[in-house]
Amino acid sequence: MMDKGARDAMGRATAEWSLKWRWVLIPLTVLLVIAISYGASTLRFAGDYRVFFGPDNPDFIANEQAQGTFGKPDNVAFVVIPDSGTIYSDETLRAVHRLTSLSWTLPYVSRVDSLTNFQNTTGSENDLVVEDLLWSTDELSPQRIAYIEQVATTEPLLNGFVVSRDGEATIVNAVVQLPSDVQTAASTVAIEARAVRDEIAEAFPGHQIHITGVASLSAAFEEAGVRDSSTLIPLVYAFILVVMFLALRSVSAVFASLSVIALSTLVGVGIGGWSGVELTPISLSAPTIILTIAVADAIHLISGIRTKMRDGLDKRAAIIASTGLNFTPIMITSVTTIVGFMTLNFSDSPPFHHLGNMSAAGILAAWILSVTFLPALLSVLPLKFRAAKDGADRVELTDRVAELVIRRPREILAGTLVFCLAATAMIPTMTLNDQWSGYFDESLEFRQAIDAADPYFGSDQVEFVLDPGEPGAVVNPDFLRTVNDFAQWLRTRDGEVAHVFALSDIMKRVNRNLNADDPAFYQIPDDQTLASQYLLVYELSLPRGLDLNDRVDIDRQSTRVTASMRDISTEETKAFLTDAQAWWADNGNGFGFTATGSKVLFSFVAERNIEAMFEGAAYLILAIFIILAVSFRSAVLGAISILPNALPILTTFGIWALLVGTVGFSVAAVGAVAVGLVVDFTVHFLSKYLRARRQEGQSIEDSVRYAFRTAGAAIFVTTVILAAGFAVLVTSSFKLNADLGLLTALAVIFAMLINFLLLPSLFLVFGMRGRKAEPAVPDAQSA
Amino acid sequence: MSLFKASFAGALALTLTAAVLAQTPEERGFAIAERNDVSDAGFGTSSVELTMTLADPSGRTTTRELRIDTLEKEGEGNGDRTVTVFYSPRDVEGTALLTHSRVIESDDQWLFLPALNRTRRISSANKSGPFVGSEFAFEDIAGAELGKYEYTYLETREVDGMQMDVVECVPAYERSGYSSINCFFDTEVFQARRFEFFDQGGQHLKTLVLEDYREYEGGYWRPHRQTMTNHITGKETVLEFGEWAFGVDLDARDFEPEALERL
Repeated sequence: MMDKGARDAMGRATAEWSLKWRWVLIPLTVLLVIAISYGASTLRFAGDYRVFFGPDNPDFIANEQAQGTFGKPDNVAFVVIPDSGTIYSDETLRAVHRLTSLSWTLPYVSRVDSLTNFQNTTGSENDLVVEDLLWSTDELSPQRIAYIEQVATTEPLLNGFVVSRDGEATIVNAVVQLPSDVQTAASTVAIEARAVRDEIAEAFPGHQIHITGVASLSAAFEEAGVRDSSTLIPLVYAFILVVMFLALRSVSAVFASLSVIALSTLVGVGIGGWSGVELTPISLSAPTIILTIAVADAIHLISGIRTKMRDGLDKRAAIIASTGLNFTPIMITSVTTIVGFMTLNFSDSPPFHHLGNMSAAGILAAWILSVTFLPALLSVLPLKFRAAKDGADRVELTDRVAELVIRRPREILAGTLVFCLAATAMIPTMTLNDQWSGYFDESLEFRQAIDAADPYFGSDQVEFVLDPGEPGAVVNPDFLRTVNDFAQWLRTRDGEVAHVFALSDIMKRVNRNLNADDPAFYQIPDDQTLASQYLLVYELSLPRGLDLNDRVDIDRQSTRVTASMRDISTEETKAFLTDAQAWWADNGNGFGFTATGSKVLFSFVAERNIEAMFEGAAYLILAIFIILAVSFRSAVLGAISILPNALPILTTFGIWALLVGTVGFSVAAVGAVAVGLVVDFTVHFLSKYLRARRQEGQSIEDSVRYAFRTAGAAIFVTTVILAAGFAVLVTSSFKLNADLGLLTALAVIFAMLINFLLLPSLFLVFGMRGRKAEPAVPDAQSA
Repeated sequence: MSLFKASFAGALALTLTAAVLAQTPEERGFAIAERNDVSDAGFGTSSVELTMTLADPSGRTTTRELRIDTLEKEGEGNGDRTVTVFYSPRDVEGTALLTHSRVIESDDQWLFLPALNRTRRISSANKSGPFVGSEFAFEDIAGAELGKYEYTYLETREVDGMQMDVVECVPAYERSGYSSINCFFDTEVFQARRFEFFDQGGQHLKTLVLEDYREYEGGYWRPHRQTMTNHITGKETVLEFGEWAFGVDLDARDFEPEALERL
């Protein structure tokens, strides 16, 4: 390991080299960054919610299997809500009819289901009639409308599914088959769907039409991303300008810093493009994070230059000296932060890998640019610093904190520990909630559509895959009766389940139709051969784009029962699933049972991510231990330093549990990001303390004073920048980002406080007591 | 290319163009379809057993065995009459579907269910619906009657090593699932080799490829393998035909609803 002098010299040499070659370096850097950023041109928004799940997630695998068997449920749903309060009117039925026809023209559409094209089957002594419930609007008459209402309100395949139970809303559902090799497929569909909606809204005033469905989720990501880019990014830049003006007070310095920030961001986003990242609102928060960290690098370097220039050095000498001084701190900060962000690759959720890798690339770029490009650029710009108060208040403030800690170390140690532990004890009260509709801010069109549709139709599905155990056995009457009982049980759970779609309803309907519509036959047939032939009748009656495969697998071994779920929380969903499992264990006659679907996926996404991140955390702790133990050449100090890095995270979660209570699965990412950001607080503070204590042989009290005086201001400034930068994410229209931003900002603030209060009071309390042990620690070289 | 050759080629092209221009694309398209229709006239009755294999995008398959008896159409406006008998899956053995197809209107259908021992008339306007879970719609299965489409000749080009006339066929049936079909007829024996189906939104929905044509006595050509690929869902249905029998001992009475129960 190089000593400080050698590392300073390396920084100086780097700066000298950069200045010597500046006329080559500056244009070459810009060109290189532009080349890298070209990768961003391939960035596309993710197509659907599946992007949140890793390929090894067992819930995801089960879901993919079910979708492989029964088809992917990608859809665009038009929710039509007439102002008149009833859908059973001439005007609304015309609108639905027209909307149904137009939906057939959407790209990749394979099926459209609506009230008007429902295949209404009726039976008489000799006939089975299969026809659209409303084939042509010419048929519309008060009698016909009354008939449609009567069919819709009594048929389980329609009521609560295609029409709301109260008749206030109806859905036109277009199933689309999005090709995986056309990245823009989902957004193409969404754009066309909006055009269709606008056409209908114009032709049939007095109807609210909302667009929901999996295929419009990509558009929602895009909407959230664009909204964030147009609010977050300007906000971050405004914040940067304010901070830089306050800290630097030089137009050239601000310009140079902005250049570094912009180039670093371009590198991060460009690398994302080259590595095939799919954009989500999560990965789109990378630019904000890169900006925040790059600005901290630049400010540290430029503040150093200013100090040196005020000390009388010329510009060139000041730049070289400051680069030498800041070379190591910027390196340590960058390395730890990069390690933290890279740890996100342990997450189960690919968008967090994307966020981590894009941020890490940007931070790496900011590091390199800060010690090469920035010195070179500053050397060609006119640079003057006016005399300013230069954070005198802050120095005073940190001095006062130092004196406070020195005066009452026991009370502060106890107080801090009690506070942290009390907060930590609150963590179990935190509830995890991942209702993906809730990720989107209420100001977004997609969220408004979900909120509008939910009371009528629910907003998410649980798919129960029921398996009698052998090919062809799906028509076994015992099995069908069990499916029927299960569907009936689901219908009793009215608070959770909005609609149940089951094969048993289809069988009962066919049985009734083939027995002259006698209601007595609305039941499961007793004979397997008959049931099988009924299934064939049903297949023959199916309309274009629909096949039996939607309900029954190709081997006729399993069927799925789809429960449309109301917008209930993750905890409620889990309780419901447990009940369903228990019902099946008691009444399922030993047939196979699997619960899957998007609602299930999101219910367990937080656990899966936290589980995965525990492994990541182990590596992160090891990495921090190594970084600190090497920096201080002491395993003991390395181990002790884990405390001021772990406690802020735990305290943050505890405080969050107390104040907010619920959190989405982005909580799993907070630990890694925050630790990577704050670990250098400990590095800076400890290294200064140890330098005074070991090299200069000062007392513990004076060493604490020295550490506060030399590292306190820098830590404070960094805390302000990072906390403010991450707090900007709170304004994101995507809740996972807001959670991540606010939690990280809190963690950074707690980290500063704990490093200022806990660390010195620890030394003061235990250092006094164990004075004899102290010299046993090998003399360390501060970082 | 020399000047002479170039001008010769130009003159030839002009002559050919003039010959084509003498016929409108609509007339030429109709002529090609008619030539195909005529090549099949007069077979009377036929019977064939076939295996239908359904495959989903992940490659899982299931098969059904069936027999189709056909009675050739009589007179304008009528299509062929067919009886489709299912052999497997076992539970549906003996189920039979009688279809009196019509050119413009909906078909008449009757279904016999052995488990009910009853025949039901199925009144359905559902020609665009799938034929028993396959990628074939009822309208694809029924014979290509001349009046079913409006034809426009598009081009003649080589496909799969054969010169083919490509004709755009626009369904006259109001409830068709297609906006148009590109029909490919070979220029040697005038048989349909390929159909490309376009849905209401104009996207290429399905392609049907007819292969292994064999000529039977009387000059009747029949494909022995038909592959329908759905480009939107990635599903596929393959029909593999056994030997066709013509002039079998069936008459009009065998294609009436009452006959189903006797099968």
